Amino acid sequence: MIKANDRSNKMAPFVPAEDDDLIICRCEEVTKGEIRKAVHEGMYTLPEVRRYLRCGMGLCQGQTCGKLVKGIIARELGVKPSQLEAATGRAPMRPTELKIMGSEKGGA
Amino acid sequence: MERITEHPILGKIKKGREVRFTLDGRELKGCEGEPIAAALKANGVMIHRYTAKQHKPRGIFCAIGRCTDCVMVVDGKPNIRTCITPLKEGMKVQTQYGTRAKAEVKDK
Amino acid sequence: MKRYDLIIIGAGPAGLSAAIEASKRGMSVAVFDENARPGGQLFKQIHKFFGSKKHKAKIRGYKIGEQLLQEASDNVDVKLNSPVIGIYPGKEVVVRQEDHIFHYKADSIIVATGASENMVPFEGWTLPGVIGAGAAQTMMNLHGVKPGEKILMLGSGNVGLVVSFQLLQAGCEVKALVDAAPRIGGYGVHAAKVARCGVPFYLSHTITKAEGTDCVTGAIISQVDEHFKPIPGTEEHFDVDTICVAVGLSPMSQLLMMAGCDMVDDPKRGGQVPVCGDYGETSIPGIYAAGDVSGIEEASSAMIEGRMAGICAAQYLDFCTEDEKKESLKTLLEDLDDLRQGMFAPKNRGKKIEKTEEGIDISQTLLTKGHLTREEAERFPGVIHEVGVHPVIECTQNIPCNPCQDACPKHCIQVGNDITALPQIDPDVQCIGCGMCVASCSGQAIFLLNEDYEPGFASVTLPYEFLPLPQKGSKGKALDRAGQPVCEAEVVNVRTAPAFDHTALLTIKVPKEKMMDARFYKGLGCTEGVEK
Repeated sequence: MIKANDRSNKMAPFVPAEDDDLIICRCEEVTKGEIRKAVHEGMYTLPEVRRYLRCGMGLCQGQTCGKLVKGIIARELGVKPSQLEAATGRAPMRPTELKIMGSEKGGA
Repeated sequence: MERITEHPILGKIKKGREVRFTLDGRELKGCEGEPIAAALKANGVMIHRYTAKQHKPRGIFCAIGRCTDCVMVVDGKPNIRTCITPLKEGMKVQTQYGTRAKAEVKDK
Repeated sequence: MKRYDLIIIGAGPAGLSAAIEASKRGMSVAVFDENARPGGQLFKQIHKFFGSKKHKAKIRGYKIGEQLLQEASDNVDVKLNSPVIGIYPGKEVVVRQEDHIFHYKADSIIVATGASENMVPFEGWTLPGVIGAGAAQTMMNLHGVKPGEKILMLGSGNVGLVVSFQLLQAGCEVKALVDAAPRIGGYGVHAAKVARCGVPFYLSHTITKAEGTDCVTGAIISQVDEHFKPIPGTEEHFDVDTICVAVGLSPMSQLLMMAGCDMVDDPKRGGQVPVCGDYGETSIPGIYAAGDVSGIEEASSAMIEGRMAGICAAQYLDFCTEDEKKESLKTLLEDLDDLRQGMFAPKNRGKKIEKTEEGIDISQTLLTKGHLTREEAERFPGVIHEVGVHPVIECTQNIPCNPCQDACPKHCIQVGNDITALPQIDPDVQCIGCGMCVASCSGQAIFLLNEDYEPGFASVTLPYEFLPLPQKGSKGKALDRAGQPVCEAEVVNVRTAPAFDHTALLTIKVPKEKMMDARFYKGLGCTEGVEK
């Protein structure tokens, strides 16, 4: 079985597909084609693809597209989605303005 | 127009008092305390914003504050999740273009 | 920094149940929830729940929510509009409240954040008018606003089926129910109540396009091949203004991941979930997970899981003894186990089941069209023929549910100790026609037949949850299980009662030869499948 993060994985070249224009990340308007291409450009993990394209980094923090992006990357790599490591869980879990982030109180 | 007045299970639907608010300068009526999105929907408004990159229309999608698709400019503040923000008398609601209200749209 | 014995994240069915158990044992508990109201998704659930009495079966979801809030009201402190934005080492919980960030210290944590809806992308899926099924429920059942007029439902799991029925109840028209899978994913009884309203099911079909420029004006679906690829030439157009997506849920487990709990991607549990023990113990001592966040199930299971986690947290900090914990957990685990039986149990997800536990062939029409045929119905133990009035129970799959057994004052219906067994009718007990079984069936699968109502005529009593309620003496059509008119029908009785809990009992008179076909009623002057 192919390992999810195997850098020696020789992928077939990127072939454009009919549905490449489909929006996957609704917040940052990242398309399926962009995600597929990113994998061929060497982005094998969810964190890498997120940083490369900003998918899952918008207001909803990947709530809607997380599973879809994972599926697309896995398919491109030829692995099962469950083999891919999940995107990092980090604060803030909900959209929070910097002004609020900067207003820390000890606890009420 | 699309309000449910009597429901076979829930009976008469309890709502807040009628209040007036504006959408891009146009005066509309809604019920106090209901989400802005519900009031807009009852007025037949579908488009809440146009996206930053592709300028595509968006509206209600998850209705529980997760997906952030329904954000609008409310009382001058952008990115307000209208599906979980309660309607108040005299609120100024504007269609969001990218991350701001359209410059040409002038309120009365 | 304020300190609590226990911090619970999420005030849904799991979180509230956990809070009740923990505070009962003397813990100082804070429950944080990002929403303006407690109860999670329970208040949108207007249908009667499944299970047995101890699972609060036959009670509508929102009423269970009210009961839970009542139980919690005495000593549980729920902090609303308070999203938890992070969990840091040392069980430090960071919360946004008003316009500030607050830090709290917990000695134990229960994460009960629930799930988010899955989505499926298709051409035009970003158009206004494409919404999640949860959004539809929120709009109509919480805010009293119709999500649309003409709706296409995508997904035949329980959510898709239940929400389709609720849309019909709200006065919307459901044009079609579409699923790429070859078989209906949810309970057959849920499908059957949608089908008898005339909603067509399109299995092995997928949506290929949402039409419209500013908002949805139509939808195109296509048949799919065995690889779920649309087959060219099979396109069908629907005139709809709303497309409702109900393609499953994913645990919202990011906080657990951030806390450092061991995680696993388990498709049977719905995605990324914490590795946890029988009672929700994660890999970090003192951190527990309960409800959908640890694996997608029903609200009934979430409430039990919450109670278990609450008890575990109490014992972890010595608020109860190991023995007390074991004692309480034993019953709860049994209750939970009851819900995890039958053909829809988590362990059976994805399996193709051909026969019931009783060895009866499962109806294939039910799995593909959403309804039984008259011939298929006859082979199940709840369908009998007798002189005079008697129940006909079209319950044909092993699901954990038994309120019908307790409902009958004459004890003529038996499910037995195994609550997934198909109900049987005791032919020696005379049915009095009270209708309690009809109203108690969460799946609306029980009908009363009087085979000798009048010479040449039979009466059929059916559950009816729509407005306006037909009047006694009014005339219309009897519809069959597929929602097709089969004969003229006259309403000869309409019964409502507090004990029926908003399920009206409509008795219609039909020619005797149609009594095994007539399963729904449509008054005259109604243009669509359901009376408006």
